[in-house]
Amino acid sequence: MSMKNALEGLSAMLKGMSVTFSYLFEKPVTIQYPDVKRKPPSMFRGRHYLRLWEDGMERCIACHLCEIVCPAQAIHVQDAPNPKDKPISKTARYAADFQINMLRCIFVGDCEEVCPVDCIVLSDEYELSGYTREEMIYTKEMLTEKHPGASGRDPMVKRGEARMD
Amino acid sequence: MWKEQIDLELERVKTDQEKGTETMVLNLGPQHPSTHGVLRLVLELDGERVVHCEPHIGYLHTGIEKECEYRTYHQVVPLIDRMDYLSSLHEEMGYVLAVEKLLGIEAPKRAQYIRVMMCELSRIASHLVWLGTGALELNVSSVFMYCFRDRESILDLFELISGARMFPRYFRVGGVMRDLPRGFEDAVKQFVGEFRVHWKEYHDLLTKNPIWRMRNEGIAVLTREQCYAYALTGPILRACGVAYDTRRAFPYSAYPEFEFELPTQPAGDAYARYLVRMSEMEQSLRIVEQVLAKLPQGPIVAEGLQPSSKSERSVWWRHPHRGFLVPPGESYVTVESPRGEKGYWVVSDGSNKPLRVRMRSPSFVNAQALPLLVEGGYIADAVVAIASVDPVLGDVDR
Repeated sequence: MSMKNALEGLSAMLKGMSVTFSYLFEKPVTIQYPDVKRKPPSMFRGRHYLRLWEDGMERCIACHLCEIVCPAQAIHVQDAPNPKDKPISKTARYAADFQINMLRCIFVGDCEEVCPVDCIVLSDEYELSGYTREEMIYTKEMLTEKHPGASGRDPMVKRGEARMD
Repeated sequence: MWKEQIDLELERVKTDQEKGTETMVLNLGPQHPSTHGVLRLVLELDGERVVHCEPHIGYLHTGIEKECEYRTYHQVVPLIDRMDYLSSLHEEMGYVLAVEKLLGIEAPKRAQYIRVMMCELSRIASHLVWLGTGALELNVSSVFMYCFRDRESILDLFELISGARMFPRYFRVGGVMRDLPRGFEDAVKQFVGEFRVHWKEYHDLLTKNPIWRMRNEGIAVLTREQCYAYALTGPILRACGVAYDTRRAFPYSAYPEFEFELPTQPAGDAYARYLVRMSEMEQSLRIVEQVLAKLPQGPIVAEGLQPSSKSERSVWWRHPHRGFLVPPGESYVTVESPRGEKGYWVVSDGSNKPLRVRMRSPSFVNAQALPLLVEGGYIADAVVAIASVDPVLGDVDR
């Protein structure tokens, strides 16, 4: 290696080192995950919820569309006639059982898009883990939101009218 | 017959011993960090030299091609996302274009522009993974961190637009999933500005660095004739001085409307591939900027597929149990993925499910050239050779 080459190499290395050195004074781009949590954007496709009407009745009409379109066959819906004296949904049928196998789900969001009553939504919860296979099959009790609007999902998101935040 | 084989083997060992040398068989992979996934190379070594190399694939076989035959046209999209997981949008692009060709429709202009922009961002993200991991294998760990930082910003953009980072499922037959959210264009502009600065830093860190050059120059050399013989495409071919790019040779989508150059290098070694890919990132940025400047207004889904009234649904959900029907016939579409020419051959029998979906995956074809690159070189350079080919094993095995 000639003298000129050696000098060129040295200057290139110094240039590279100056880049890494300048990063010493930059703010880190990482976040301290378990302590600091990142807020996903409004379109995020995470854990499912079954929404309720404002009066607390179930939106799900057991039409099985989410079950049909799911490319991973993760959803199981059991329909039953709506009891006349104590209605659960606003139509003739309601979902007697609704299960999502979270180990099968690939979060494409087709169930949310196809739902005719804006019932099933994908929320921004992403910490989904469990110790056994059984507890990863989410039951209807786990999926139904606690009170109307608890899922935090704006169903307009799927119509393309999303905010950016 | 096996007896003859044993005799032959014994004969060979004997001659090796007479020559005073003996080869050793080394198993590189499938669980080796430098083989980019689950590629397995069986290397026959004579000292430090590789005398024979045999790539073994199939560890990531998922049967996606076969699985496509049991899904409706719309359900295939999330499936093929998972083949080339570093640039899923190019997978979607090829498939969606092939089905659109069968249907005889074309996505509206705005959708095509958005598709081009997302594809180019995806190309940058894929090249950043190649650069980061390729540098990490030569112990340049800071470049790896910087590259993944920039890749994260691109994945955040994907998340904004579609809701998922790696498997967006954003392209639809006849258009795209949703229009750009408010403020998205500004976010892309900000990324382009930041990335231009970072791209210069990568050049400062690597391009003239003597160690980087010594490890890459003259390593894994391919000639133009070898590229033709093995049907290699993408940056490998362009690093041999051939300006072949599907975006130019068979223009698709909105690519003819944008200006970009095809970076080529004459040398054909790992360093030339590095330079080509670095320039490609710059060209991709140029295309993204042009898209942002020229982005037209209008619908994002083709005529007749969109809901015409509030009670109607878009074509993908009009008959959820059946999907939509595609007239019988076959179509072949190629797109330029970051790894090379990606082809989609879709055959329809007139039903709602494809009769056959066959992919020409660039990783699979390019991985065939590994023995050419590795044999005759040092074992330490095998790692550089694999990195310079940049195979994605999900794409190789399908």
